Amino acid sequence: MSTATLDAGRAPTGTAPTAPSLLRLVRVELRKSYDTRAGRWLLIVIGLAVLAVVAISLFVEDAPKRFTDHFGITQLPISILLPVLGILLVTSEWSQRTAMTTFTLVPRRSRVLVAKVLAATVLAVLGVAVAALASVLATVLTPVFSDAERDWDITAALVGQVLVVQVVSVLAGVAFGMLLLSSPLAIVLYFVLPTVFTILVSLISALDWVRDWLDLSTTSMPLFEDGVDAQGWLQFGTSVGLWVALPMLLGWVRIQRSEIA
Amino acid sequence: MITYFRPMCAAGWPGQAGVMITIEHLTKRYGAQVAVSDVSFACQPGTVTGFLGPNGAGKSTTMRALVGLASPTSGTATFDGKHYRELPNAGRQVGVLLDAGAQHAGRTGRETLTLAAMVLGVGHQRVDEVLGLVGLAGRPAGKRLGNYSLGMRQRLGLATALLGDPQVLVLDEPANGLDPEGIFWMRGLLRGFADRGGTVLLSSHLLHEVEAVADQLVVIAGGRIAAQGSKSELLAGTGGTLVRGPDRALLAKALDAAGISVSSGPDDALVADADALAVGQAVAAAGVVLTELRAAGGAGLEDLFRSLTGSSHQVQEVQA
Repeated sequence: MSTATLDAGRAPTGTAPTAPSLLRLVRVELRKSYDTRAGRWLLIVIGLAVLAVVAISLFVEDAPKRFTDHFGITQLPISILLPVLGILLVTSEWSQRTAMTTFTLVPRRSRVLVAKVLAATVLAVLGVAVAALASVLATVLTPVFSDAERDWDITAALVGQVLVVQVVSVLAGVAFGMLLLSSPLAIVLYFVLPTVFTILVSLISALDWVRDWLDLSTTSMPLFEDGVDAQGWLQFGTSVGLWVALPMLLGWVRIQRSEIA
Repeated sequence: MITYFRPMCAAGWPGQAGVMITIEHLTKRYGAQVAVSDVSFACQPGTVTGFLGPNGAGKSTTMRALVGLASPTSGTATFDGKHYRELPNAGRQVGVLLDAGAQHAGRTGRETLTLAAMVLGVGHQRVDEVLGLVGLAGRPAGKRLGNYSLGMRQRLGLATALLGDPQVLVLDEPANGLDPEGIFWMRGLLRGFADRGGTVLLSSHLLHEVEAVADQLVVIAGGRIAAQGSKSELLAGTGGTLVRGPDRALLAKALDAAGISVSSGPDDALVADADALAVGQAVAAAGVVLTELRAAGGAGLEDLFRSLTGSSHQVQEVQA
């Protein structure tokens, strides 16, 4: 391995190689999310935060202790922290300037972006899975630390809704990253903008309809409980349009057109 | 200002199945500012093309347009007639190193190559191969790039470029940060690559870095091609003989008497427009003492580069 011969590869061959499959590009993007110290620590922190939440709900006496309760509460740290991973998935390419290599190896930029969106989706699903595992652990331990019985009841609808919300929040991070192409800017605005928006539309009663249709934190709230009706989905959909689809569209166009230097 | 414009033959060499780079009328504007204006040249398989010019002359812009990182305002840049973006798996055909610093500081050398290898579809074994090839095997491969010197980053960048076993190399200032031993090593590597039929385009703002390895030279200044052609062609255009003696005025008079025109050379030397034999005979006939007599050769190319790029602040760098 250490014998450095002057063999610059074999004599250049004329074989026509095939384009990397989307699956391969998704695997590359997933690997990028954990192969740096920052990414690995973020994942570890998310894991620890989930365990901490489980511990709190186990030891706090009046906290509800059914599996579905644990499952609901463990979503909190994931929905806050996982979008940061989504942001970094995009912005680190610019802050660390790896975009140059990435887009030189895959010059059709939209393929990279699709791979990033899919990788973020996989991460969100994995996040929900981790929350589910932690909730299983919590439910198993519930009789040990409290008087409550083990209650495993949960509806498939709720699991589905939670998955949708988590995927959407990670993709919102990706969208902010794509639009802003800067880690600090995207992270700050991802947390500040929706919060300011929520406060504004909640304070001014004339803006109630804005809150009901365009405020993502308001419209995603019902999805953490069973029984979302058609209007609920519609309201969730319009706010996803504003906070995910729109910035992603603008960011997509920006990345397609920008010069990578 | 002397301008040499020799468009190279656009047809590929017979019997050689390499990939040709063709840049035609490439222009890139940023608002009102023109970064690159009507640049045309071609790089043949089996040759090393040195792309020379001072910093900010448009080398990097041209190379970014070549590999699809920038969109030209007009004109085209192709590999065997195909745009870079149309290549099915670009890294398997064209190895690119545009900026050795553009890597994630938190990844190790091996990890950086592993990611690229996954995209290219080459095995882990190839990662070890190129690590060995650029002299980063063993402990350096496991270090994070934040701890790499610029020279090590350049080597890693070269490793990334070579990873897909390409037929073309496009390298922007690859010698930056390499020590003299490293530059010598890189020359050998590029020469070998070209000798096996590969096409190499490498840029530099330092003439000496590419002079020894390039077959063809393209000189760019202010976004325009100032000169291009084979190294010998460009040298022939600026030939002459460098003469030096204790009495410069006497020397000039002797040459003038023999009908040889002279111009000022570096320092107190003169450059005579004749070969060494004619100069020597003229000086001997006049009985003037000489301390130096040689072909203006390398210095001529350097003068050419300096005059074409036309900025005096480059002189020190060129001679460094």
